[in-house]
Amino acid sequence: MNNRFINWFRFASPQSFYPLAGKMIPWFWGLTAIFGVVGLWISFFVAPTDAVQGEGYRIIFIHVPASWMSMFIYLVMAAWAGLGLALNTRLSGMMAQALAPTGALMAFISLWTGAFWGKPMWGTWWVWDARLTSELILFFLYIGFIALQAAIDDARRADKAGAILALVGVVNVPIIYFSVKWWNTLHQGASVSVMKSPSMAQTMLWGMLIMALCFWMYSIAVALMRVRAIILERETHTEWVKELPEVKQ
Amino acid sequence: MSALLAIVRRDLLIAMRRKSEVLTALFFFIIVVSLFPLGIGPEPALLKKIAPGILWVAALLSTMLSLNRLFATDHADGTLEQLVLSPTPLGLLVAGKIMAHWLTSGLPLVLLAPVLGLQFDLEPSALGVLVGALLLGTPLLSLIGSIGAALTLGVRGGGVLLSLLVLPLYIPALIFGAGAVEAHISGLGASGHLSLLAALLALAAFFAPWATTAALRISLE
Repeated sequence: MNNRFINWFRFASPQSFYPLAGKMIPWFWGLTAIFGVVGLWISFFVAPTDAVQGEGYRIIFIHVPASWMSMFIYLVMAAWAGLGLALNTRLSGMMAQALAPTGALMAFISLWTGAFWGKPMWGTWWVWDARLTSELILFFLYIGFIALQAAIDDARRADKAGAILALVGVVNVPIIYFSVKWWNTLHQGASVSVMKSPSMAQTMLWGMLIMALCFWMYSIAVALMRVRAIILERETHTEWVKELPEVKQ
Repeated sequence: MSALLAIVRRDLLIAMRRKSEVLTALFFFIIVVSLFPLGIGPEPALLKKIAPGILWVAALLSTMLSLNRLFATDHADGTLEQLVLSPTPLGLLVAGKIMAHWLTSGLPLVLLAPVLGLQFDLEPSALGVLVGALLLGTPLLSLIGSIGAALTLGVRGGGVLLSLLVLPLYIPALIFGAGAVEAHISGLGASGHLSLLAALLALAAFFAPWATTAALRISLE
């Protein structure tokens, strides 16, 4: 038992995590490609045309996984941030910093594809629906986190300040979600619901789940690549970075 | 407890000696509220409908404006380091500073809001709900804002960054605050909204000084 703990903490050091991340990245890219090909094949050729929405509904195979990931990545980011504050590990802050841009990208994709879907289905690019509004606010939270980290020069201080912001944000996300939901019902009465379709065809659900796995693997791969870049940037002064073959060239 | 009161008293004294800072935020509030009719048009029915929202958004922005000076001047002259080093728990002192901030920037808004509400033709009972909602909501704004103020202390472009961090977190206060008045006008009763505001206030009063303290310690490392 004791040995296993030591092994885990070994990878908390940037020096030992850097090569491990390097080894994992191709695997996650491979999984991204496999899930992506299968998911896209299901979503374009296997899933039936929707009776009400026609072919246009197929955008949900991008839209829904992106929305899921945008929320999930915020949780993971806050978890890394909390870990960094509690255990004072350097790598945790780097992971949180590496995840933020991917999360913001997912929130943006979700909003953008949602607008494309809304135009033919609802006849408008944007409605102040509870889901849309809270996704927009989540995007603002990501931008705030990135901006705060970018504004502080000292990397360790940036990590800790960002960690507090991420934790405050995580407490607020459910509050914001429910407040927006109640605000929405107060203003509009019965609003358009994204998930109105009574029962989704089995293949559609499978397509969506596999695309979600593809997005998940992509997020891990990109975050690992970014964390490697951050490690190199912050540890330039150390011997082991100078010894790396890719740095020596 | 006496330390907390001493901090409140000290911050109020400083605010009294530099009246212009408090008054600027207050006049900002008045000007922003007066700009909306000019931009939207003088139609009374429309203005009456959007009045709670306008007053609340203006209160949010005006609080934002005064958040910068919550810790910045103390940081500049070294008082903040002394506060951190003092034997009294920092959380208590921070709570005192937040209280003083509310007394100088939140309370004047609460007192001024009914007068501005009259300009928008709100009924007396609606004005009462507006005051009640602001009374519960403006301390909440000071509490949440203090976290942002501590995080952006001594950071490049602190003011703009502060608004980016804090405004999304203000959204629940805005929704329930403005919603209370609207619910009252539409005859639904404002008690639900006010209870939720009070619940948020209780939550923030417990957690915000703690988070602010952690953020201040990081800023001063």
